[in-house]
Amino acid sequence: MSVQYQIFVCGGIVPDPLQTLDPVTAPAGPALKNEMMLPAVLDPFAWHALFEAARLARSSPGSKIYLVSLAPKAKLQQVMMSVAQKAVFDLVVIDGPASGFTDSNAVAAALSEAIQSVPGLDMNRLLVFGGWESASRGSGTTLQAVGEILGITDQFQGVDDLRIESDGSFRILERIDGGKHQVSTCAGAPAVLGWATGNLPEPPNNPQIGMTNMRGIMPALQKARPAKLNAQDLSYTSVTLPKQQRETRVVDKLSAEEIAREIAEWIKKS
Amino acid sequence: MQGQDEKKSTLRTLPGDDVRQIMWRFAERFDLQMLVQSARGVARGPVARLVAEGERNTHEWTAKKAALLTAFDEAGITAIFMAPEDGGYIEGPKNMALALAAFELSWVDGGAATGSLAGNLALSPIHECGTNEQRHRYMKAACPSQSGESRRARRGAFALTEPIPFVGVDTGVLSGKVRVAEWQDGREPILQVDKRGRFITNMGFADFVTAAVDTDDPRIKSSCMIILEEDDPGVYDRGVPTKKMVHQLSSTNDPVFSLKVPASRIIGGYTIKDGVIVPNLNHGEIIEVVFGHTRVTVGLMTGAKLLSAVEPLIRYHRGRFRGGETAGPGSPRYEFGLQQKEDVLHRLVDVWAAGEASASLGFTAARLFDDLDPLAKAKKQFFAEQNIAGGRAQMRALLKIQKDAVELIEIERQPENDRDRKRHAELKNDTLVRFVMLDTLANVLCPAAKLWNTGHGTNMMREAVSLMGGYGITEDCPGFLGQKWMDAQLEATYEGPESVQRRQLSVTMTNDLFLAQFKQWIRELRAIASRRPGTGACALATAMRLWLWTLERMQTTRDAEGAKLYQSARHGVTFPLADALCWLLAARLFILDVLELEEKGPSNPTVAEGLPGLLAFYMDLCHVQAARAASEVARICAELVFGYMRRPASNETGLDDCYADDDLEEANAADNADRQRPKADPFARFEGLEAFVRLRVLLDGRMSGARLAKDSAANALTRVMIPEALDYPA
Ligand SMILES: Cc1cc2nc3c(=O)[nH]c(=O)nc-3n(C[C@H](O)[C@H](O)[C@H](O)COP(=O)(O)OP(=O)(O)OC[C@H]3O[C@@H](n4cnc5c(N)ncnc54)[C@H](O)[C@@H]3O)c2cc1C
Repeated sequence: MSVQYQIFVCGGIVPDPLQTLDPVTAPAGPALKNEMMLPAVLDPFAWHALFEAARLARSSPGSKIYLVSLAPKAKLQQVMMSVAQKAVFDLVVIDGPASGFTDSNAVAAALSEAIQSVPGLDMNRLLVFGGWESASRGSGTTLQAVGEILGITDQFQGVDDLRIESDGSFRILERIDGGKHQVSTCAGAPAVLGWATGNLPEPPNNPQIGMTNMRGIMPALQKARPAKLNAQDLSYTSVTLPKQQRETRVVDKLSAEEIAREIAEWIKKS
Repeated sequence: MQGQDEKKSTLRTLPGDDVRQIMWRFAERFDLQMLVQSARGVARGPVARLVAEGERNTHEWTAKKAALLTAFDEAGITAIFMAPEDGGYIEGPKNMALALAAFELSWVDGGAATGSLAGNLALSPIHECGTNEQRHRYMKAACPSQSGESRRARRGAFALTEPIPFVGVDTGVLSGKVRVAEWQDGREPILQVDKRGRFITNMGFADFVTAAVDTDDPRIKSSCMIILEEDDPGVYDRGVPTKKMVHQLSSTNDPVFSLKVPASRIIGGYTIKDGVIVPNLNHGEIIEVVFGHTRVTVGLMTGAKLLSAVEPLIRYHRGRFRGGETAGPGSPRYEFGLQQKEDVLHRLVDVWAAGEASASLGFTAARLFDDLDPLAKAKKQFFAEQNIAGGRAQMRALLKIQKDAVELIEIERQPENDRDRKRHAELKNDTLVRFVMLDTLANVLCPAAKLWNTGHGTNMMREAVSLMGGYGITEDCPGFLGQKWMDAQLEATYEGPESVQRRQLSVTMTNDLFLAQFKQWIRELRAIASRRPGTGACALATAMRLWLWTLERMQTTRDAEGAKLYQSARHGVTFPLADALCWLLAARLFILDVLELEEKGPSNPTVAEGLPGLLAFYMDLCHVQAARAASEVARICAELVFGYMRRPASNETGLDDCYADDDLEEANAADNADRQRPKADPFARFEGLEAFVRLRVLLDGRMSGARLAKDSAANALTRVMIPEALDYPA
């Protein structure tokens, strides 16, 4: 009999990556220009984690997925209109800023508190999923801190694959340099898995799944508690966007080596 | 000056889903919001990739095009049309749902939208008019299989149009025929159906066809619509693909059918009377019901394209000179590019305003049908209970209810304290009164949305294309604007070209109940104008009065030859008035949608943040559109009112036909000297037209501010933040 996992996918929201991101100074510290008005998406790393969670839940019947999100609830509601179509889950919401300018420790404290408050939490079945980093903060520390607060010491970061062996143990591939993976084995839950991109395509939208999820999502949004993030502890001296330089050339007959050589030359030059 | 400008709130980002949900009134409908995301995923994913790869460059139905059908199925687009008991997931009427899906798909490619909608068009006769058995059988079969099911979804085509010289705009003369092939005593008759189709969408793959045929047998009473299946004995020839230059992601063929089918395939069933098969519904009755619903959706397709053009155009204009040696970052040429040119901005404002107005018109119509559907059922039940059968008797009953509805409007004009409260409550709560109110509106809004959105929409799409310069007419144009322009011409043609919509409007817009509601709108717009003068409501209200005046004049007077003006064959009178009405409807509904945003926006935190700037911009757009509509109406009305009067002839005025320049100046001088007597003008006569002239002068004055609004909207376009790149490939 397979284990019925409780999979908590931690994921914030970020502005749609195609949007223009312009840092500005708001009364409460740094922020992105027009952030509340820009269309948002689920953090892409958490997005992959959610698809992987759905696969695991399918292969381990009886498992349950919780999506735990610290985000402005009105914005999150819009994001749910597409996320809710991808997999069946329960939503746990903490109402607070989604921006990358919050302290990852404070965010981790809020997330773990939310996980702990879910009735029937069972450490022997608990898997904490999320992104190994986020598209907003990119510090790669939140999920690790969530695990530490929850007392979970089996942690894997940059995960691209999880397989459950016949004895119930996990075989996990973590991304390392050079396109290679480190293979680890873990006895089982509880564990923290910070996903890189995994290897699943985005499932098609399914409004039917979405409508089923919405029955739980709206009440979850309504009863979301405001996040207690200690903003005073943190100050920013300066905020800039990474300088981007774009040069595009369309090629269709070059070999991979030739392309690599060109890119390397370009990098050296710039 | 600069400082002042900075202070005025302006548009900060392009309006997002949260704004649209409020304006188009589906903020509480999560099923629809999800559907939008789902359809968008397909549109900007697989559909956009096919267009970018050049898959439109073939007339054939290819495997890649066919893969879109699977994508529609998986994303829940095919199942929108089905009731939950047949495998669908949307409860209740589905007009708004279909409209939103079509809007999202045509944002990228109209052909993709057509492909998904044509299946519904095929099912529509069965859904609206079929017997219960027919409905369940075909709706279920067409619903994509659920997980665990191995069945393949059946797909349909709707075959009305026939090769020349038969059915086109006129649907009366059918060459498709049905005869009795076998009829054994006590058994179901077997019918022989022969039909050739022309331009039939989905025909490259359809498993079944709903076909319009006439009787060719004394043992069949009338024409009918009938269901043909691929496995029926005989010829089911899909025919050759149409070499269409548009909507190439949909399949269109000229099929040939010669099949034997059981009589139970007659849509809506039949009875047998004195040895004759009597179809319960003839083809005309079914078609009327079907098109009543489906045309609105087509109108929205063109509207979506106009709005889809905004972002790629702003990006193109802004970046036009970047990368050159003469314009470095920080220089106006680099930062604003072509947006330094006023004309570019003004024309884009026009495109945007037209797109908004057509979306407002289309979505209002779609919602109206959602409200109307249950009322139509209630009406049917009432007639059944009261034993009111037959077209004439029902028409008489409805006319009486119409009078009640007009009375309700009259009562509502009175101050609340003066009203007969009992009568008011009685009429207000009467389902049938509500039905006739909405039905009269639907009969106007549906053809208006199809006509104006696609017709004027095509013209504006051309404007959008020209704003992209040479790029606009290449396949590489971001946002596929060139393809969208060509495609729009099909949207203006299929499901009834513009002439059909104008014809329908010329009848429905003269309905007393419609006109009573129209007068009510004028009063409401005046109230809006005093509250929000920046919307252009004032000019619009006056243009509506001008239209009404002209309509009445056309209905009650004759031309210089003594011929009746307002009559069905006189398209030169009725059609322009129909066009003029559409301008008014679209501009009015746009204003109402913006006022809805003003009212509801503050309570949505994601909308509230940029709301002042967004509203300022939207009101400017409304003003631009209202002024444009008003001038269009003024032009049309003036042409009609004066154009059918004879020009004063030389023997009447004592002047030559051609005036010398100095005569002209003299005439002008005379006019200037005595403004109170315009009839002194030798060029025109104004007797009996004083009210019209007054309205026109008033209207001119009420254009005040419209160009300032355009300047302000144009200015907003130079500042609005747009994404770094389009979210679908080009
Ligand atoms: C790509 C494509 C897909 C189509 N899909 C389908 C489908 O799935 N099923 C289907 O049945 N049909 C379909 N059609 C057919 C379409 O609905 C007809 O082309 C349309 O209704 C016009 O008919 P027609 O082309 O015969 O024009 P005609 O009847 O020849 O009319 C030509 C023009 O003459 C004028 N005109 C004609 N009659 C009148 C009148 N009474 N009063 C005033 N002006 C008039 C109008 O300007 C009109 O546009 C499709 C067409 C195309 C191009």
